Amino acid sequence: MYGLLNFADELFSNIDQWQRQLEGRNAVSNIRQLTQGAFPKISLGSTTNSVEVLAFLPDVDIKTLDIEIDKNVLTLQGERVIPTPSADEKATVYAQERYSGKFKRVVSLPDDMDVNQVNATYKEGVLRISIARREEALPKRIEIQ
Amino acid sequence: MTTQVLIKDTNNGVKSVSKLSNQERVLTPLVNIIETDQGFTLTAEMTGVPKDNIQVNVENASLVLEGVVKLDLPENLQITYSELPSVTRYRRVFTLSRDLDASKIEAIQRNGLLTVTIPKAAHAQPRKITVQVS
Repeated sequence: MYGLLNFADELFSNIDQWQRQLEGRNAVSNIRQLTQGAFPKISLGSTTNSVEVLAFLPDVDIKTLDIEIDKNVLTLQGERVIPTPSADEKATVYAQERYSGKFKRVVSLPDDMDVNQVNATYKEGVLRISIARREEALPKRIEIQ
Repeated sequence: MTTQVLIKDTNNGVKSVSKLSNQERVLTPLVNIIETDQGFTLTAEMTGVPKDNIQVNVENASLVLEGVVKLDLPENLQITYSELPSVTRYRRVFTLSRDLDASKIEAIQRNGLLTVTIPKAAHAQPRKITVQVS
């Protein structure tokens, strides 16, 4: 369900995770900055009558989000601008781990999706896109007469 | 998951100390930290954590951010692909400088982002001294 392009991102975030495990996760946090993988992180799931796409997108203005489905390919793009202090504000930045800028993620969906029945909700930074399966693709119980 | 570590004390018998297990996996929230004259502003990404599940604690000069993820998902949902580990807890600890006023820490949560403001203690704030000409 995901393309080869994600491979590098995944690889690097895995390496990052292993490194964190070696360093000890419960240690008192340090000045060193953590690195990040793809943004936003995505999870995919399915139920018998829908496919759910979860994007972990904290602190995003939903007006900047653009969700498009074209030929079973879902594209999610948008922009998150994190204001940085200007030079005359006399502020020091100690850590800047949070992603700032434009983002785009592409997910390929199964063939039996009904693109007219899509529902997107945003709560506590989680964007959930729920796409219904086509009626004829739903499992049917056949009664014996 | 917690494990009980038993410490044998010759005088008082056996004392039990609860300790976090090293096997416990937590997510580390990504943060931005900015210092100004007034204090520090820390923003931490705790996606999917409702307000009631967030804990901001100050323990022995360290700031502990904790949160438990709670997602509204259909019951029969099967996750087929995930870029996040199957961990539902965030935790990160920061050391607080003595110049900060731990009693005036404020925390706000909005859209999965936790903003913590830590003001500097009065004695640590910069003061401008004007030289008077006599």
